[in-house]
Formats: sequence, C-alpha cells, structure tokens
Amino acid sequence: MTGGDATTGGVRPGATTPHQPTGAAVPGPPAGAAESVAELDDLRVWFPARGGPPVRAVDGVSLTVRRGETLGLVGESGSGKSTTGLALLRLVDPTGGTIRVAGEDVTGWSRRRLRALRRRVAMVFQDPQASLDPRLTVGASIAEPLIVHGLVDSAPARRRRVAELLDLVGLRAELAGRHPHELSGGQRQRVGIARALAGEPDLIVLDEPIASLDLSVQAQIMNLLRRLQRELTLTYLFIAHDLAAVEHMSDRVAVMYLGRIVETGTPAQLYREPAHPYTAALLSAIPVADPAVERHRRRIILGGDVPSPADPPSGCRFRTRCPQARPDCAEQDPVPVEVGPGHLAACRYVGEAVPAMRADPPVPRPAEPGPHPAGT
Amino acid sequence: MSRREPGGTPARVQPAPDTGAEPVGPGGGDGGLRRALAALWRDPPAVAGTVVLLLLVVVGVAGSWLAPAGVNDVDVDRMLQPPSGEHPFGTDELGRDVLSRVLVAARVSLQVGLVSVGIALAVGVTVGLLAGYYRGWADAVLMRAMDVLFAFPVLLLAVAIVAVLGPGLLTAMVAIGVVYTPIFARVTRAGVLSVREQVFVRAAISIGASDLRIMRRHVLPNIAAPLIVQTSLSLAFAILSEAALSFLGLGVQPPAPAWGRMLYDGRGFVTDAWWLGFFPGAAIFLTVLAFNLVGDALRDVLDPRQLTVSEARRSTS
Repeated sequence: MTGGDATTGGVRPGATTPHQPTGAAVPGPPAGAAESVAELDDLRVWFPARGGPPVRAVDGVSLTVRRGETLGLVGESGSGKSTTGLALLRLVDPTGGTIRVAGEDVTGWSRRRLRALRRRVAMVFQDPQASLDPRLTVGASIAEPLIVHGLVDSAPARRRRVAELLDLVGLRAELAGRHPHELSGGQRQRVGIARALAGEPDLIVLDEPIASLDLSVQAQIMNLLRRLQRELTLTYLFIAHDLAAVEHMSDRVAVMYLGRIVETGTPAQLYREPAHPYTAALLSAIPVADPAVERHRRRIILGGDVPSPADPPSGCRFRTRCPQARPDCAEQDPVPVEVGPGHLAACRYVGEAVPAMRADPPVPRPAEPGPHPAGT
Repeated sequence: MSRREPGGTPARVQPAPDTGAEPVGPGGGDGGLRRALAALWRDPPAVAGTVVLLLLVVVGVAGSWLAPAGVNDVDVDRMLQPPSGEHPFGTDELGRDVLSRVLVAARVSLQVGLVSVGIALAVGVTVGLLAGYYRGWADAVLMRAMDVLFAFPVLLLAVAIVAVLGPGLLTAMVAIGVVYTPIFARVTRAGVLSVREQVFVRAAISIGASDLRIMRRHVLPNIAAPLIVQTSLSLAFAILSEAALSFLGLGVQPPAPAWGRMLYDGRGFVTDAWWLGFFPGAAIFLTVLAFNLVGDALRDVLDPRQLTVSEARRSTS
C-alpha cells in the first residue's frame, strides 16, 4: 500500500477537515484562540532498514497544536508518538508530508535555518539524567539556549536570567553551580524544563517527561508543567503512554497506533465514550480504584502483538488485533469520522464496533489472529 | 562556568557528599578544574608525579645554569670516572660531566615531547572529531588516511619523514608528531561515536546549537578523559622515540646532549662504566613514569562524578 492520502489515519481538526465546522465546538484552549502553533500534514517518517522495507515509524499523521493548549499524544511504544514529536523540531527528517510551525512551512528548511526554528519549539526529554550534559553545570545547561540565540548580552544578565528560570521551575538559584549528578531526578527534570523555557518557545514538546521519574515526583512535575502553562501561556505537545497522566494534562488527546492517529477528542469524550476499538481497549486496561467495580468490569484483551511497522497491515492498521474486524477493514484505509464535536475516529464501523465490543461475551480467541479474526 | 555568584562564598574545594540525593550545603559553584586539582592533591602518586614534572620543567628551563660544568667541556685526564663528589654522575668517554649533560638534555626531551605530542593532539583530535561527528565520506577519507599512517612501524615512518625533511631537532619533532597523530584520531573518533548518540547531544541540537558548539562544548569535554590518558602516554613514548631517532643520528645532532643519544652512546660501556647509560636512562624512566602517574590521576579526577583519585580507584576495582 502507499502512504495513504492526506485524510487517512490522520485527523485534522482544523479548517481543512471537511466534516468539521471550524471553531467553537472544539473545547480547545480556555481563551478559545484557534491560532495554530504547529501543524503536521500527512507526516511520514520512514527509517531505512537494512535488507528490508523501511520502518514506517510515522505514516500519515496530521495534527494541529493550537496556541495555549496541551495536546496529548498517547500510544504504546512503537506507535510513533515520540518520532512525531522529534519531527516537529526536525530532529528527524520527514519522508513526506509537511511540518508547519507558526504558519511557516519548515519541512525543507536548511540546517542553518532550522537553528532558528529550534528557539520556537523546545523539547523536554524523557530521561533528565541523559539529556543534561554531565560535564556542564546546571546553570550552563540552562544558559545554553540564551547563548546560542543571543538572548542575553552579558554574563551578569545571563546569570540573572538563569536564576529567574530556576526560580520559575521551583529550584533555588544556588543550584546553578551544581552538576546534574548532584541533583535528584525531579530536580534534574526541573532543570530540563527550565532549559526548554529559556528561549521562550511557542511550543514545548514534552516527550514522556515523567516516565522515568518516581511516582511521587511525577505528580509534582505535572503540576509544575500545568502551573507554568497557566502563568506563561505555554503550548504543549504532551507525549506519554500513561493514560491517566494524559487525561490530567491535556485539553485534547490524540491516540496513535502503528504510525497513525486513530482517534482525537477531548479527554472527556475519549475517556467516556471512546469511538475507536483501539482506544476502548487501551482504556479498559486501566484498573479502576474500586474493587466492586473492578470485579465486574469487562476488560478488552487484545490478542497478538503490534504488527511490524515495516510491514503494516493493509487497510485499517488495527484490524489484525481488533475484536470487531470485518473483511472489508482490510480493503480501505478508514477515514476519520466525526462522532462528536471535535471528536474524530478513524474506523469504518465507528458507531458499532465499540458498543459491540462491550456487549459481546468474551470471544474465545483463535491462537493466531489472522486477517479475519473472530466475528466473521 | 566556573564563575561564582558575586557575594557568594569563596570557591570551596571541599567536596559535597556525592550521594546523588538532595545536595546539602551552600556554595556549589566550584569550578571543575579547581576541584580536580584539589582532588589531585590528595593522591600521593599524583603528587609525586607532579613534583617530578615540575622539577623537570625547572631543569628544562634552567638546566644550563644548574649544570656544574659545560656540556662539552672535554677533559681527557678524567675519562670514564665513576660518580664522585666532583662528578656526581661520573664522566663519559671524553671526560664530560654526565650530570651536566643530563640536566641540559632535559630541555630537549621536554621540548620534543611537548611539541610533537602537541602536533599529534591538534591534528589527531581535529581529524577524529570531524570524522566521528559527520561520519559519511569525511569519516571514510580521513580515517583511511590515518590507517595508512598507522600501518607503518613507528620508527620506520619517523625515519622516512626525517629522511625527507633532513635530520635535526625540528624535523624529529614533526616526524614524531605525525607518527602519533593516528592514535589521537582513533581515540577521539571512538569517543565521539559514543558521545554523539547521547541524549544530551540531541538536546543541544534541539536547542539550536551549532555543530561547532556541540563539538566544543559537549563532545570534546566528554571525551577528555581518554585523550588525557593518551596524551600522557604519548608524551612518554615521544621522549622514547626521540631517544631512538637521536641514536640513529636523525634527531638531535651531537655534540648537543640528548638522553637517548647518551643512553645509546653508553651502551658500549655498560660493563665498565654503568653510569653512562644509567643516569640518562633513569631520567627517561622518571619522566615517563611521572607523565603516566599524572595522566592517570587526571583521568580519574576530571570526571565530575568522581571526587578523589583514590575514590575512583576504589569504585573501579
């Protein structure tokens, strides 16, 4: 199959999506501003593989991040969510599609021009230990964007700004002289956030920023991120596999599976009425903190493994594991369908699949879920 | 970033407890180098090495004033005299004072070591950095060239270069520099290859840092440790190479004194006059040892995660 056209697998809840009236319906940022900070259109990132077809890490993703919002990007590992984030900074080169930041098409920008882009889009990495140079003091790491982009003109001004940024993320200014190994994991991630803030970016890509932290610290970092967003009107692309964290953090959520976006909506829409079978399965994996409910809860267990992104299934990517897959799912890429205001799901049987999954008694699964699994 | 906040406490060389947990105590703004030197000072072998090197530098600079006699004062009445009060290191077959010659020769050895290793370091690190960072054809071309250099036996290559450029101290230094360049290129490239894949390099790119900045600020400091060790080892070997070249008549020209030359000249007298070979040999030995001790200690101490050399040794053993 080819990479798919602009509408397949992707969701563009912007002006160009035909079945969505632009504007008010989408519960975006509180201010209601619909200005987009970054847009991906049919983004494809394929990595060449030795002696085989390329690995399609991202294969036709379209999304829009609006100013002031947090767009959550969820998916299991290998779904291409991190690659999508990296592509926004052009840290990986797109195979196809376009990347627009603040209205400018940066897809073909040269290395030199990209350096300017990287002031507008900052990134917070998963492992703060690894993302800070062990040889540099914390202050030097935070000051680096200031120096690179010429944002301060003197050493005292730089030190003041570093102190200010440290204060912003809740760290004492004296820590500027420390090395990363002298800090705790949470403190290190605060430094990573301070560094991302230094260039006053339009968009911050948070690539699993809490995944490598202790549980108790995770909440602190999430609260810090939310407070910073409120105070500084930041825009986040929040990449995570932790569904609860995404619900807590995001204004809108996009669910990725095998290089595609399968469903987009507000956390309320997605978590209460998932429209795509994959989202429903993902959500049913979250345990409920009430034993009475938990005992009788129907869980959707997916069979098999995620197919290889080097050789994705034809038609709907999810059909090989979908409990509700039908024969014609193999034929055509499902087009995102609007199931509610700003709520889109890329499934041909969008109205039926999820209710059917919930109603059906658990089907004994065949050992090898082929292209025509249970239900046909 | 060794500068401290104005009004802060003076840089304290006392290390913070390195537990990785919440840091305690104020004034963490100590510069890395300062801290490294302080840690170095607590390691006896490193101190010994440093003292020897400092002595060597003093002798190298002031050797001709320290020498009790002229290096070429021939005294046929006192040939091959064993060490005595008058000639602590004895005299050679022409009655020259061995002590004076050893002292004066220190300058040559130091000069050769520093200049040739300086050349090798500058060229080799540049080549390795470019090759490892950019990969691709730059890597292929540069490293194949290094492989070709590497394939020659050290001395043969040096002799060939000297043969082309003509004998003398300067050409000996250039020749030794060229010979040791591939080692630095390889050590550098190997380090760069691992460091460039680190997340912090990607983070630096994500900030918009230029390639040059990334190489200088992030890659180079993180591969400093193996380079420092290589430098200290190479200094030692360069001094030995100079000795070999001088012996072959391709380095320092007689009658100017050089340790290698003296060592090899003394070989004919080992049974009759051991002091001819012993003292220059001991000088080479001490110098090489001192460089190695200091290089070893520096490697441990320049890692900001380590506090003292002995601590580093304990954690690695």
